[in-house]
Amino acid sequence: MAFSGYAHTGGGYDGGQGEYVRVPYADVSPTKIPEGMDIEDAVLLTDVVPTGYQAAEQAGIQKGDTVVVFGAGPIGIMAARCAWLFGAGRVIIIDHIDYRLEFAKKYSYCEAYNFKEMNDPVVFVKKLTDWYGADVCIDAVGCEAVGHGLQDITGRMLLQAGSATAFHWAVNSVKKGGIVSIIGVYGPPWNLAPLGSIMNKGITIRANQASVKRLLPKLIDHVMSGRLNPKGLISHRIPLEEVSDAYRMFSKKLDNIIKPLLIPPRAAYAA
Amino acid sequence: MKNVLEDIIEPPLDRTIANRNMDVRVQDIPGWGMDADPDNDPTYPMKRSNGADHERLNYVKAPQQRRDMEVLRSIERPNITRVFGTSTPPSGLSGIIRRYAYKFSEATATHWMTLILADRVDVIQGKINDLKNGILPNPWVERGWKAEWKHNRPAFVTRMTVTALVITAGILLLTRKSRTKQIVNS
Repeated sequence: MAFSGYAHTGGGYDGGQGEYVRVPYADVSPTKIPEGMDIEDAVLLTDVVPTGYQAAEQAGIQKGDTVVVFGAGPIGIMAARCAWLFGAGRVIIIDHIDYRLEFAKKYSYCEAYNFKEMNDPVVFVKKLTDWYGADVCIDAVGCEAVGHGLQDITGRMLLQAGSATAFHWAVNSVKKGGIVSIIGVYGPPWNLAPLGSIMNKGITIRANQASVKRLLPKLIDHVMSGRLNPKGLISHRIPLEEVSDAYRMFSKKLDNIIKPLLIPPRAAYAA
Repeated sequence: MKNVLEDIIEPPLDRTIANRNMDVRVQDIPGWGMDADPDNDPTYPMKRSNGADHERLNYVKAPQQRRDMEVLRSIERPNITRVFGTSTPPSGLSGIIRRYAYKFSEATATHWMTLILADRVDVIQGKINDLKNGILPNPWVERGWKAEWKHNRPAFVTRMTVTALVITAGILLLTRKSRTKQIVNS
């Protein structure tokens, strides 16, 4: 496996947060920004939009489905927004950060709930879905999840690759025969996963990195037609030189941050 | 006890809300359903669609099995299942542990680990009950050793010999320690 921007564990390829980037396979991978597209929309089309869209796409959402998204980060919010494009009947997002839930409610037209106000998120989702479970659950959190003591401790002790709490909740909250879509990032080694529940409930798991290039034509159309508004996710515009602050703000959820945009010096001068 | 969200919501609402959304909210949501693709459903053809997945509240339910013993119920559902197992009703210490396990959902380690503990305790309870009824343990029959003797004799004999040696060594070690303790104390 190899990914850009994932340090040495992902193959040691540079990421794209710089003034200049070296683009491997540049004869096929870049896409020309269409005339009239806002540059900030274009930036988010490189990652957040396709990733969120693919979370919904690979979830196999059928018309009228109840979709539960775990994680109200930018990807989870975009996944919730895109679930409607696939005909969801109900979209529910679950997180523990109130300001993000409030944002998701408006941006993604969805129901939003704080799992810190629940005894057990799985029982909550079951009750919310007439005790059957959601048709589809999307794990938009990945290995940095909080909310489950055993997962937290084993993750911190490096007994597993982070914490698989959101995945655990997704598997247990989805209906029998339902689909769990994983778009949250997990590390390569291993995680505590409820394989018995997956097998016994007949759950289908779909997971992938975003197929950005494949999805771009369709997503560009959605953006240009006003069906998706990526720019609306941007809460902060931060100079590239202050990238460490941006990461700190994002990881600590400071100043009601949703999605920071890094501005390279040359872009700032041009503006 | 704090007021949690689970206690506030009132089922069944899921289909009511989804149907209402599909009548009303979809008009506010640009592009609703335009990327829907019935073929993009990985659960088919494993599960053959009859197009009525969401009419789950209307199916005719099987008659309820008569309950004449204690049946433990998951907190993830409002009632006991229409049919349930009757082979091992909760009893004794194992039953107490199992009742505790069912206070937690299947998403918790507490639920499953406690049930496994209850199962082990139940095995011991079963042996005690056997002895009470004059039934002695017979591993030769109960554990399939007869078949091992017949079909896998060398490995079986080796395993039994090693087990016997380990147990003997353990006993000798324990008794030696206690003898040493007695000498030191005297």
